[in-house]
Amino acid sequence: MISALTIENLSKSYGNGFQALKGISLEVKQGDFFALLGPNGAGKSTTIGIICSLVSKSGGRVAVHGVDIDEDFPAAKKFIGIVPQEFNFNQFEKVRDIVVNQAGYYGLPAQQAAERADKYLKELGLWDKREVASRMLSGGMKRRLMIARALVHEPKLLILDEPTAGVDIEMRRSMWDFLRKINAEGTTIILTTHYLEEAEALCRNIAIINHGQIVEHSSVRDLLRRLHREVFILDCAGMLPESVAVDGFVTRVIDEHSLEVEVEKGQHINDVFAQLDRAGIQVTSMRNRANRLEEMFVNLVEGAA
Amino acid sequence: MTPHEQFVAFMTILRKEIKRYTRIWTQTLLPSAITMSLYFVIFGSLIGSRIGDMGGFTYMQFVVPGLIMMAIVTNSYSNVVSSFFGSKFNHSVEELLVSPTPNYVILMGYVLGGVSRGLLVAIIVTIVSLFFTQLHIHNIFVVVAIVLMTSTLFALAGFINAVYANSFDDISIVPTFVLTPLIYLGGVFYSMNLLPAFWAAVSKLNPLVYVVNAFRYGVLGVSDVSLPFAFGMITLFTVAAFAFSMHLLNSGKRLRQ
Repeated sequence: MISALTIENLSKSYGNGFQALKGISLEVKQGDFFALLGPNGAGKSTTIGIICSLVSKSGGRVAVHGVDIDEDFPAAKKFIGIVPQEFNFNQFEKVRDIVVNQAGYYGLPAQQAAERADKYLKELGLWDKREVASRMLSGGMKRRLMIARALVHEPKLLILDEPTAGVDIEMRRSMWDFLRKINAEGTTIILTTHYLEEAEALCRNIAIINHGQIVEHSSVRDLLRRLHREVFILDCAGMLPESVAVDGFVTRVIDEHSLEVEVEKGQHINDVFAQLDRAGIQVTSMRNRANRLEEMFVNLVEGAA
Repeated sequence: MTPHEQFVAFMTILRKEIKRYTRIWTQTLLPSAITMSLYFVIFGSLIGSRIGDMGGFTYMQFVVPGLIMMAIVTNSYSNVVSSFFGSKFNHSVEELLVSPTPNYVILMGYVLGGVSRGLLVAIIVTIVSLFFTQLHIHNIFVVVAIVLMTSTLFALAGFINAVYANSFDDISIVPTFVLTPLIYLGGVFYSMNLLPAFWAAVSKLNPLVYVVNAFRYGVLGVSDVSLPFAFGMITLFTVAAFAFSMHLLNSGKRLRQ
């Protein structure tokens, strides 16, 4: 099967000599939900900019659904829908006009453009705002408007650059549900995000980019499996003593009802429960202290620094 | 994109442009009508009546073609420069750049938007002028051709200005310090025959001289320059501006990183 996106030895140097990308390669399969992660200035937005023609590459090859952008960029662009990080629509235009016009730029006839615009405005909860000037929308609504605009020509590959930045939790969850739905319907999604919880919750595969190089490219599951250590917080029924010793594990009493336990790779948390049970401490619930992916991300990025 | 898809994209840009300047008609259409009315009153009626004939016509008749052309030039230019720079400034130009719309379609959409505003303002100003004088069109084909060519040329010039502009100050510098002097020195208010030989020769470098005189020929049947030469020069300037605009779009200069 042809990949949704193929990048080979992609490089980008700016006029001031700064090398934003140092020959990265990655592949995204059709139907994937893919996360591109990295700290600020790592090269994520440059990579996305090259894919959608806002940035000129210095070298390498990019193909979208098998179409090389150097050979037929207009054909490749038809496969792509882009949701940028910054709001990039005319704040004085009406919501519906923005989406209908975008359909026109892809050559969709007026009636089809109107039908598609209405469909996505309804699906993204913007129907009531369709005749409102876009500047009047809230931040979350503006992000959804950009998603509706990116989807109006029904691309096979949707690229979202920090789509939930500045969006409240409820709206973020509903956006996640929408993205899961269109991914299930066959749209390949590439996502950059600073919320690693978001990548862990949504994505199947992941690439981590740092200093213009790919430092990790694997499935989220494999990545998490390689974590050497996890930290759990156990909520206990009774009052805890000042210190609780669990043989073979590092522990720390956070407060009179909460105990933090570090579990190294190869250790079993059942041993913790067994020892606490023998000590008369009843555990009522437990949770991860930190986002697991975040921990891995920090390890990889700091390791490459 | 198929030719039909390209046509759809072109019409989308053109429709958006027309919608933009008609929505803000008090800023785009009305000022020209008011300014030209003042020109007609002050230069045509009050001062013009003391100047007497020029080129065999009353001064009012003489200045009307130039003033109509002045409105076409400034409006076709300012429409494209403000609209395209605005879309660059708020990044909405990216909507077009990420789409498969070919660069020449983008350029034509914006230019035709400017041309349409130039034509609309020309009609308004012509109607206003009829309150002050009578207009007899000498050659309608010359009038139509020169209006279309001129508005295209200055819409292209506006596009080039917009690409290079970094701030809103930059889009007013050229109209104020270049376009306005060229218009005033382009023979709108006087015949080139009044100029000393040296300045008449220098004036031949001003594209507005050809534009104003060719249009004056279409309306009054008189011109200070040869009509074929005027058409040739306007065509030359237009082709050069189109080629340069396409170069800017294809190279992505100041539009892509």
